[in-house]
Amino acid sequence: MNKTLNNKAWFLVLPVLVLVAFSAVIPLMTVVNYSVQDTFGNNQFFWAGLEWFEEMLHEDRMWNALQRQLLFSAIILAIEVPLGVIVALNMPKSGIWSSFCLVVMSLPLLIPWNVVGTIWQIFGRVDIGLLGHTLEAMGIDYNYTQNVVDAWVTIIVMDVWHWTSLVALLAFAGLKSIPDAYYQAARIDQASRWKVFRYIELPKMSGVLMIAVLLRFMDSFMIYTEPFVVTGGGPGNATTLLSIDLVKMALGQFDLGPAAAFSLMYFLVILAISWVFYTVMTNLDKKGM
Amino acid sequence: MARITLDNLAHSYRSDPASEDDYALKELNHVWEDGAAYALLGSSGCGKSTLLNIISGLLQPSQGRILFDDRDVTHAETAERNIAQVFQFPVVYDTMTVRDNLAFPLRNRGRDEAYVAERVNEIARMIGMEEMLDRKARGLTADAKQKISLGRGMVRKDVNALLFDEPLTVIDPHMKWELRTQLKKLHHEFGHTMIYVTHDQTEALTFADKVVVMYDGRVVQIGTPEELFETPEHTFVGYFIGSPGMNLLPAEVEGSMARVGGQQIGLGRGYGPLSGKVEIGIRPEHARLSRDEGLPVTIRRIEDVGRHRIIRADFGGREINVIAGEDESVGPGMSRVAFDPARINVYADGWRVPGTA
Repeated sequence: MNKTLNNKAWFLVLPVLVLVAFSAVIPLMTVVNYSVQDTFGNNQFFWAGLEWFEEMLHEDRMWNALQRQLLFSAIILAIEVPLGVIVALNMPKSGIWSSFCLVVMSLPLLIPWNVVGTIWQIFGRVDIGLLGHTLEAMGIDYNYTQNVVDAWVTIIVMDVWHWTSLVALLAFAGLKSIPDAYYQAARIDQASRWKVFRYIELPKMSGVLMIAVLLRFMDSFMIYTEPFVVTGGGPGNATTLLSIDLVKMALGQFDLGPAAAFSLMYFLVILAISWVFYTVMTNLDKKGM
Repeated sequence: MARITLDNLAHSYRSDPASEDDYALKELNHVWEDGAAYALLGSSGCGKSTLLNIISGLLQPSQGRILFDDRDVTHAETAERNIAQVFQFPVVYDTMTVRDNLAFPLRNRGRDEAYVAERVNEIARMIGMEEMLDRKARGLTADAKQKISLGRGMVRKDVNALLFDEPLTVIDPHMKWELRTQLKKLHHEFGHTMIYVTHDQTEALTFADKVVVMYDGRVVQIGTPEELFETPEHTFVGYFIGSPGMNLLPAEVEGSMARVGGQQIGLGRGYGPLSGKVEIGIRPEHARLSRDEGLPVTIRRIEDVGRHRIIRADFGGREINVIAGEDESVGPGMSRVAFDPARINVYADGWRVPGTA
């Protein structure tokens, strides 16, 4: 086949390049710029090389935040994915109740992060919150502003409440795509409920579940607003996740250099984990072929 | 293995069927003899699959009973009925190997591994997949997947019946023959009751001892392939079976004469007064072109299909097909169609009228 070569075609990609440059590349480069310089104010900068990176790598503060962050993401994935699948399995497959469930389940997804944070902040308060006050009235010692475990439980329950729907909706879409013949064949083959799930539903859902896990991982790893509104990172630093720590460092203490180095490493960690995760999942998929 | 009795069976997908039209399957009484091979033939949407799913218990009938031998299984679970069914589109368990797929129904019933291995190897040989046993089922071709489905259907020896719901739709033509032959062989060997749903008459006629023809939710004829060909009980059977199907001409019948568009045609039998829409039906195989007898027709075209020629003719706006052997001469001036009187069937409102000799 003869292809027409016309270098003017590059102009067609120009709008995208400009857009990406302004939305991602230039801001990222600013951060790179800060990360290798030091300043004493007055817009005067000095070359610092990789000093900030070295310093941050030896800083317990970042490692602790990273640990908390990993723990948080692991917990919410471990809860939301199975829970979402269970919810999807038990949703009505068709009819008016199916639509009703879908709408109700979508509601939490539509609420802005800030509002979700505010809702749970008030909900959990011991003096006026429905949850906090009820727990206290029941004699359960609960106070998310003072107790580390309570604070963690609160932000985890909040995240589960906010995002399980996403997993459930994706899993439901996967389930809906399974033709009836599969279930009929399973009945003919006398497969137990567990085997139907294990050999029909789970394999057919695996594609969407992979996307769900990836989305939930990235989102939870970058979470900021909700825990910030509820606990402000406290008590102490107990719920200071990576983003919260980063904002404290960059805007609270105005340590631009270290914060920039921190954000770059943060970005690379997310990128690396997502990439590893994606590669492993797609390879597992291919192995089955 | 069991004799399957359908007693007063009917099914509607609506919860409040008002008229007969609401029934996907109209009232039906029938006995499937133990060990016979049946084909369930009909066009799409005639209720074949509905009937099959009722027998296997995937669907609860709106009325009537199903008996396996003398046991009422109308409300029994599919698993309890011990039936194997193969569906139109391949159903395989993607994440399992071919071997595990074949073994699945046996393992679910708790058979010991030695027996499972033996059966799986036997079936794999039968469907020609011995080399692929350790491959994952995912990524196989549609053919191969359907062969696995067939194999899973046949792996249990003790089933009450084997049901096939258009299982060869997705299979390549040459493979179709092979698999159908395998199925027949299997039937001869083990004597399972088999019900084979299809809309392909060749498939039905070559597979089955008896063919059940369904039309619009009703069984219109049950018979051997020969009976269906010679004496279709309903115009649908005449039209649906045969290639091309039976010629049907509106007629007035009096005694042993029929009047078609002003022409007299002699019939092989005598008939009393008939009411309703009266038609005569004649197979293209039993019609021939002639110079001087029969109905005057206009010949539209002649198709040579190799073994014989099909003459498409027109008689007063109605198509008449004639099949002529390769050795029969078809020449100019042969513009009449004559029928073999003994082979003409008379229909009133679609149903055959027996007539008297």
